[in-house]
Amino acid sequence: MTALSTKSQDKKAPVVVSGDDDIPLYEARRQIYPQSVHGRFRTIKWVLLGITLGIYYLLPFVRWDRGPDAPNQAVLIDFPARRFYFFFLEIWPQEFYYVAGLLILSALILFLMNAVAGRVWCGYLCPQTVWTDLFMAVERLIEGDRRERMIADAQPWSIDKFAHKTLKHSIWLLIAWWTGGAWVLYFADAPTLVVELATFQASAVAYMSIGVLTFTTYALAGHMREQVCTYMCPWPRIQAALTDEYALNVTYLYDRGEPRGSVKKAAVLREKGLPAGDCVDCGQCVAVCPTGVDIRQGLQLPCIQCGLCIDACNTVMHKIGRPGNLITYESEANLEARAAGKPFVQRILRPRTILYGVLIAFVSGLMLTALIGRSTEGLSAIHDRNPLFVRLSSGAIRNAYTIRLINKKLEERTFILSVEGVPDASLEVIGDNADGLTIGPDQTREVRVLVTTGDKLPPAASLPVTFRIRDKASGLSASVTDHFIGP
Amino acid sequence: MSTTNDTHGKVDQATGVSTTGHEWDGISELNNPLPRWWLWVWYACIVWAIGYWILYPAWPLVSSATPGILGWHSRSAVAVQIADLNAIRSESAAKLTNASLEQIEQTPALLSLARAQGRVAFADNCAPCHGAGGGGATGFPNLNDDDWLWGGSLEQIQQTIEHGIRANDPDTRQGNMPAFGKDGILQKPEISAVADYVRTLSGIAKPGADYDKGKEVFASNCAACHGDDGKGNQEMGAPNLTDGIWLYGSDKATIEYGVINGRGNVMPSWHARLDPTTIKALTVYVHSLGGGR
Repeated sequence: MTALSTKSQDKKAPVVVSGDDDIPLYEARRQIYPQSVHGRFRTIKWVLLGITLGIYYLLPFVRWDRGPDAPNQAVLIDFPARRFYFFFLEIWPQEFYYVAGLLILSALILFLMNAVAGRVWCGYLCPQTVWTDLFMAVERLIEGDRRERMIADAQPWSIDKFAHKTLKHSIWLLIAWWTGGAWVLYFADAPTLVVELATFQASAVAYMSIGVLTFTTYALAGHMREQVCTYMCPWPRIQAALTDEYALNVTYLYDRGEPRGSVKKAAVLREKGLPAGDCVDCGQCVAVCPTGVDIRQGLQLPCIQCGLCIDACNTVMHKIGRPGNLITYESEANLEARAAGKPFVQRILRPRTILYGVLIAFVSGLMLTALIGRSTEGLSAIHDRNPLFVRLSSGAIRNAYTIRLINKKLEERTFILSVEGVPDASLEVIGDNADGLTIGPDQTREVRVLVTTGDKLPPAASLPVTFRIRDKASGLSASVTDHFIGP
Repeated sequence: MSTTNDTHGKVDQATGVSTTGHEWDGISELNNPLPRWWLWVWYACIVWAIGYWILYPAWPLVSSATPGILGWHSRSAVAVQIADLNAIRSESAAKLTNASLEQIEQTPALLSLARAQGRVAFADNCAPCHGAGGGGATGFPNLNDDDWLWGGSLEQIQQTIEHGIRANDPDTRQGNMPAFGKDGILQKPEISAVADYVRTLSGIAKPGADYDKGKEVFASNCAACHGDDGKGNQEMGAPNLTDGIWLYGSDKATIEYGVINGRGNVMPSWHARLDPTTIKALTVYVHSLGGGR
């Protein structure tokens, strides 16, 4: 595991070990036994865990009344009907750009978070972190804290150990199964689907999705844990390329901590006027780390910056009466400035944070504008390809179009279809009347439309022609432009 | 280039990382060990692949491939999907079967269903002669215009599709343009005169010196089918000669050719090849192209 190359690390020359050992090319996973910890960041993480998992598990059951013609589930991805419902919003498939915009916005916010305070996402919000945290809490509840688990794992199998392990894995599987179950509820009416699932009447796809997600949740949160962050996830690599020396990161203040030593040793050294750091080398920061890194070695790839080592260190510092925040959110620039005796450096406003902020504002503005200006009616026209035009027995020229009318409102509407751009044109809708085209709620309708000129041929071979629909009741209208083709 | 093992485990001074022992021209490979589970995932993939080879068609042989013990075949998979699709469609097809042509045309849902089915059936069966959108070609009528040889009502179109024109079918539509020239009924000057006369009916040409002669020839030879005024007769498929639509062409040579050799294109009868519901859908589709009466 190579660490990010940082200047603080470069200062330390690597320890040269003798090369006679047979170092394997593949590394077995080292089991990590994170110790429980209390403090500000642990509390923040519990609160965020409660909020995020609460949303995930309960959101499908939130109801939202849309009237008799639409589902009453607040958040629903309705694949068979090709609709996405989000509270007051209803997105059609061709409006997928809202989702694309949301993803772009998410990426930009991720970049901004990274530029301000490093891997906030990794440490607090990422599903991998949140579910792993939950699974670790279950583990701790059943098998005890770090020491108990280490001792139990070192011991041979016994009935007691087997019972504990079985209970732990059962609860893990139960949570994993519930996680998969909650996922499928976003794709169908949740209360109905729960009953169907329980009575084995749900579709095979539902059961398979639950199965797959049960497996991934159990494997990733129960067994893979930090391996996901270190080896599978691309974000640590990307964030390393996106960060700079002004970003806040969970950092060990080596200038204050080194040289380490016990409280007694430090007292002796200080009495002699020799330098002694605040770090007592208790190893608590390593013991609580969910990814098993030693934060004192500097910024490194497996560190998800969850801040638990800050809590652990502060607890110890408080006990021995030394000032806290020996491990804290600190930027590399400020660390170096302080080490060099220069004034405090903090630059929240930097080109990259400003750029991300401007881009976020721009994309949000764009999406908001699109959302406010979203029309509830629309039409598209396809000109007949063959024949491009038809000469009638009277000598008049006719063009045929397939027009699709869209009604995004949850009520039946009647539209008047008109055509502009062709002189003396007459309009005919096959099987219906252009003065009253009725479309059901939340539906589209395709009609064949004939446009015929008067006796005179159009002067040009191709005239722009505009079709317009107007809602009889509300007066809302939409239009589309195509061409009228003559000989 | 040499690969030696004597540097295995040595630590690279610059990075503090041990080396694999692979060295090329003094450049050694760092050993950042891969997690072992990754190796196991790879082995699992190999096992999966072997399982796949056994279960599914995999290895190419000379003229086929190893069949796989599941007996899976892409062609039979498609057959199952088509059967499923037909089962789904049979429900909507029943609606078309039970409704009358007029009902289909007046009910938007049935109309769009018939048009969708008709479009596909048209592309499969009719497009080779009538063109992809029914635009027609020389000798093959354009089905989009308002000029009909045998009638453009729903019933007339259905009759034409079912039994064809001059087809090998007892109920087929009959009517022939005789070969006036070839059979010696009319002489060359008469044919020339009648061709000129016919061109004046729709206003393409102005009356010339042979107008009266042509009119006389028309009255005694052509009017029986095409009518005294040249407006045609759908009972025997005699085209209207006074409008702007010409099946073969409106120049004098083409008209003379028709008078000399006669005309008699054939449209096959379809009732034995297509089921009644498909013919219904085709009828509505053709009727809705724009020319339907």
